Amino acid sequence: MIVEARSIVRGSAEGYTLVSSKPINFLAMLDLNGRIIDEKHELYNENIAGKILVFPNSIGSSVGAYTIYNLKRHNTAPKAMICKEADITTASGCAIANIPLLDRPKCRLEDLKGRVIINNSIIMLQI
Amino acid sequence: MYLTNDEEHALNGEYGNTLATAYRVLVAIGESTDAERLIPIEWAHVSGVNYNTIGDAGLSFLEEIDQKVKVKTSLNPMGFDPNRPYMVREEFKERQMRIVNAYRNMGVEMTLSCIPYEIFPIPKDNAYASIAESNAAVYVNSFLNILTNKESAISALASALSGKAPYSLLRIEELRKPDTRIILNTELMNELDYGLLGYFAGKHAKNSVSIPSLPKEIWNKKALSAGLGTSGSCCMVTDEDSGEIIEYSKRDAEELKGELSNGNDSNIIVFGSPQLGSHDIKRLASSIRGKKFKKRCMIFCARKAYEYVRSDIERLEKAGAEIYSDCCACLTPLIDSQDSVVTNSIKAAYYLKTWNKAKVVLKSMEEIVSSECHDS
Repeated sequence: MIVEARSIVRGSAEGYTLVSSKPINFLAMLDLNGRIIDEKHELYNENIAGKILVFPNSIGSSVGAYTIYNLKRHNTAPKAMICKEADITTASGCAIANIPLLDRPKCRLEDLKGRVIINNSIIMLQI
Repeated sequence: MYLTNDEEHALNGEYGNTLATAYRVLVAIGESTDAERLIPIEWAHVSGVNYNTIGDAGLSFLEEIDQKVKVKTSLNPMGFDPNRPYMVREEFKERQMRIVNAYRNMGVEMTLSCIPYEIFPIPKDNAYASIAESNAAVYVNSFLNILTNKESAISALASALSGKAPYSLLRIEELRKPDTRIILNTELMNELDYGLLGYFAGKHAKNSVSIPSLPKEIWNKKALSAGLGTSGSCCMVTDEDSGEIIEYSKRDAEELKGELSNGNDSNIIVFGSPQLGSHDIKRLASSIRGKKFKKRCMIFCARKAYEYVRSDIERLEKAGAEIYSDCCACLTPLIDSQDSVVTNSIKAAYYLKTWNKAKVVLKSMEEIVSSECHDS
């Protein structure tokens, strides 16, 4: 299945998605290994490293953009991110970390579970 | 997004790597916020100073920047107070000061404060700005009629270095109209109530939120702004009567208080986040008159305020408080998981609980003074 989206930071990636229906606070919810440490979050204990992270948007501290950059430097960043509506923290963090970022996919976020190939604004969902 | 020829040149690296990166960031945030173009700004406030949060990757990123800022730029707090460097590791101090120096070399003003609106010369009404610290972004949009989006540490730095920001969201007059309108079914008695209301509003509103009337007191304005900035993307409070209606009751407030606190007892009192300004310090000092704190009390305030209201600071010190400047309660290395904290700050509670893993109890300033102090 091919899903169109909007490209915010261009690039290509391939991998398994990790889908969250809830926003992510990059600074407060993650450790440097890419693990979600917020017990109340639906992705608690999941690791975002090497995944295609799918989530509505980020919330919280403005420093979250550095967290994205830090993860990239530690090789624990997601391969790409897909947001419902990309926010400034996610967009700026992905821009300096060179992580492909897409938003407004023409499907529900939960439909993006599985293995995907991303090329700029196109998401190929492999079933 | 449309770029001028000059902006295209900058993006393509003709003015060096630093500006190319800055424009790459501006294009990404411009696209994501549906901006048609970039506009000049008059003021930037940059976060991403604390070594605790930006780490070695952030430090090397900043040290590689070889350009000066193009607009006046204020700076958020760092991780410790150089005048009170106890219990801070040498390595931390050394790297922290390298971060601060990197900003100094860019020409950023050494405010080291999250309340620039109290201590920094603010541009006139209707000025465009790029403010990264969330409480400050909400505060200046809501109470000073300055137009900014809720910028990230990186996007505000990109704006500082280029002098530009996307013309989008809250920089466009029509988009400042509230999308959500809160009906109050509970009374707001103190700064803790305003903080909880802000935290609630941030979970529901998108860009701008309406409440029935705006607070007059600066501590309530700050608490509302900081609570709002902590929980969501919303970056403005107004009393304009518009937006989708949502009710806020005492039960909502109690639920959120439960979500943000997880302790019963405490071994440290924390005031700050946002940092206290001179009004907050005077208020606390006058309520503490003739009393002493029963336990360790840490007060985080802006350096300028510390110097400005010396007699009030001395009274607080006599009452047993430790006063810290240039740093803040949020993301401080001075508090850890062994600690249990009582505070009146929603923002401090959120970060101390989720990030420092400390236990947290929420009380208003008045409650803290009455329960955590004794007559001296």
